[in-house]
Amino acid sequence: MLKQIEGSVAVAEGIALCRPQVICAYPITPQTHIVEGLGELVKAGELPGCAFINVESEFAALSVAIGSSAAGARTYTATSSQGLLFMAEAVYNASGLGLPIVMTIGNRAIGAPINIWNDHSDSMSMRDAGWIQLFAETNQEALDLHIQAFRLAEELSCPVMVCMDGFILTHAVERVDMPTQAQVDAYLPPFEPRQVLDPAEPVTIGAMVGPEAFTEVRYLAHHKQLKALTLIPQLAAQFEAQFGRKSGGLIRPYRTEGAETIVVALGSVNGTVQEVVDEMRADGVAIGSVGIGSFRPFPLTALREALQHAKRVVVLEKCLAVGLGGIVSDGVRKSLSGIQLKGYTVIAGLGGRAITRTSLRQLFVDAGNDELEQVTFLDLNAEVVANELEREAEARRTGPTAESILKRIGAVSSRIG
Amino acid sequence: MERTTVKFYQTGTFTVGNRLLAPHERSVQADRARTNSLNSGHRACQGCGEALGARYAIDTAMRATNNQLIAVNATGCLEVFSTPYPETSWQIPWIHSLFGNAAAVASGVAAAMHVQGRTDVRVVAQGGDGGTTDIGFGCLSGMFERNDDVLYICYDNEAYMNTGIQRSSATPGAARTATTPAVGGEPGNPFGTGKNVPRIAMAHGIPYVATASVADLHDLEAKIARAMEFRGARYVHIHVPCPLGWGSAPADTIKIARLAVESGLYPLFEALNGRVTEATKIRRPVPVTEYLRLQKRFAHLFGAKPDEARLALIQAIADRNILEFGLVDAPNPAPGPAPDQAPNREGAPA
Repeated sequence: MLKQIEGSVAVAEGIALCRPQVICAYPITPQTHIVEGLGELVKAGELPGCAFINVESEFAALSVAIGSSAAGARTYTATSSQGLLFMAEAVYNASGLGLPIVMTIGNRAIGAPINIWNDHSDSMSMRDAGWIQLFAETNQEALDLHIQAFRLAEELSCPVMVCMDGFILTHAVERVDMPTQAQVDAYLPPFEPRQVLDPAEPVTIGAMVGPEAFTEVRYLAHHKQLKALTLIPQLAAQFEAQFGRKSGGLIRPYRTEGAETIVVALGSVNGTVQEVVDEMRADGVAIGSVGIGSFRPFPLTALREALQHAKRVVVLEKCLAVGLGGIVSDGVRKSLSGIQLKGYTVIAGLGGRAITRTSLRQLFVDAGNDELEQVTFLDLNAEVVANELEREAEARRTGPTAESILKRIGAVSSRIG
Repeated sequence: MERTTVKFYQTGTFTVGNRLLAPHERSVQADRARTNSLNSGHRACQGCGEALGARYAIDTAMRATNNQLIAVNATGCLEVFSTPYPETSWQIPWIHSLFGNAAAVASGVAAAMHVQGRTDVRVVAQGGDGGTTDIGFGCLSGMFERNDDVLYICYDNEAYMNTGIQRSSATPGAARTATTPAVGGEPGNPFGTGKNVPRIAMAHGIPYVATASVADLHDLEAKIARAMEFRGARYVHIHVPCPLGWGSAPADTIKIARLAVESGLYPLFEALNGRVTEATKIRRPVPVTEYLRLQKRFAHLFGAKPDEARLALIQAIADRNILEFGLVDAPNPAPGPAPDQAPNREGAPA
């Protein structure tokens, strides 16, 4: 059924269709609307057999999820930004224990300076925590990925993060095709755990493992992710067959045939990238793009196939490896090992800065002329940076950086560009 | 003729021996059908109070639930010594997640049981004092305030023993630990610090809070059994001497635990819905020095020139407990401070 609704509400309704049994919630912007929506459904009695638990922190949220998942309940939670960092220890633990929890990340920057707007720093900080990480491009896909995520998680006994851009998706009202309960039931069977706490068959979960077996346990976690490289496309294909639309998969090439320049990006910015690709293609520029749908496992082979015939790859990243440059670029470069082509890293959209078509078009033109630096900060205000560096050179006690920049620029969030 | 109540106690220990009791009053451990939930073969030190406490507590919880029990364990000695992979001492479903989240994981297990209609299955969370009073405190308080159906058991040996005897918020004044060494002008742990988690648990208004000790295992079993009669959040704080951390003889574990109780330093009580309902009387009050002398962690208080000032501070804590909880039968006990007062800060740095 077509609905015109907010992304968070769509995800909440989608999760409800997955028949979750335990949902634990702690508020943090911008994921809050999702758990609010679910809380309302549970409270109204529309989700019988589901417990909604208001906890005291994100660390507790994921810890409760660990307990309920280990005790055989289909479990869901959501968080963002600082919340994901606050639960970091439990994030690693959930995957180490092999618990198929599904968690939405409403992607948001990490402070300081505190910032509630979108970028991918939060998910990226947990990229090696052993969770599968799927990135949604649209609200429709965000909804669909959650349905696939439970299948994937429970098939592999591995937790899955579904990452959707904060505000840009979570708070955007757009058309979503809401599946029916019968459709979801046909796709997602009831949870049959591989391991469960049950007095009838007592097991010990979470024992200490020493050097004699730790490598093997970790290898098997890696092996699960490698299996996911096969399973993710299969589940996406099955989803398409049953629901009648494409959603998910490892990567999403767009007009890459004969492309000399290919832009690689994650999440909702792919929509803007594709529009610019269309504009430039209309002007005869050989450009295409590839959206990465699965960041963990990282689709090395699929990317290599999609990129290897291009002359250059521009990796557009909403995150920054401080002191290095790109995070996504590292994986892309690895996928192209041994292939000679130019690679550019572009850091864009940090802390919610708008990534405009105008800026992207200029960027791609510069890339086409091979006039980009190895690492470019899109729309970096060089004057502000120069002023601040100059000020810092003048005196020892120059005070906090962020605040002095804001003094120059004006009120916080007075503009997004 | 004046009537007097005659009380019988076992010589020396002042406890009632199992053999003097009717069969139905005998301890769970005396029952051949005990579950050995924490089975033999684990790697706890000789004289470990925690292993003893856990064995009695969990077997009692098993009996109380008709063996329908799931245990959640915080990281710590109990976790480490019981589950060296691929061995496990646990004969019950058991999960260890992290150091600071046992209460929250237990909440999750309880929720999962509830939604699956398994209300017969009950949940116990357990941790040491570090995992309970420090790093796990947020999750513990959250579990309490939601009144989740979990019994949380804290095995209090008054420091982080698993990592090598560092100070926790349950470490008493003057105690030597690796991070409060017995050096300087005021050797050992400073006075006026720490927190009283049983009272904090009571302040949540949860159905049942109790303190217990491995000195009185009948009482410990009775309190665990009582705790399992309630639904909702429950808390039992068990005093468990640690020979390694306290510098005491392994054979003295029970004796030291008993002296902690008899000196008044560790009052045994029960509280229902935030109010103290029972406190165990001390039959033979002893000065705190009898308790302290047996432990090397307090050795700097004695020697050629005993630290009378700080010994007096410790004695004052015991005396206050005796007054507050009415631990000693006295004709006219002097009025003490209000029982709900915050932890005493006497001797704290100004």
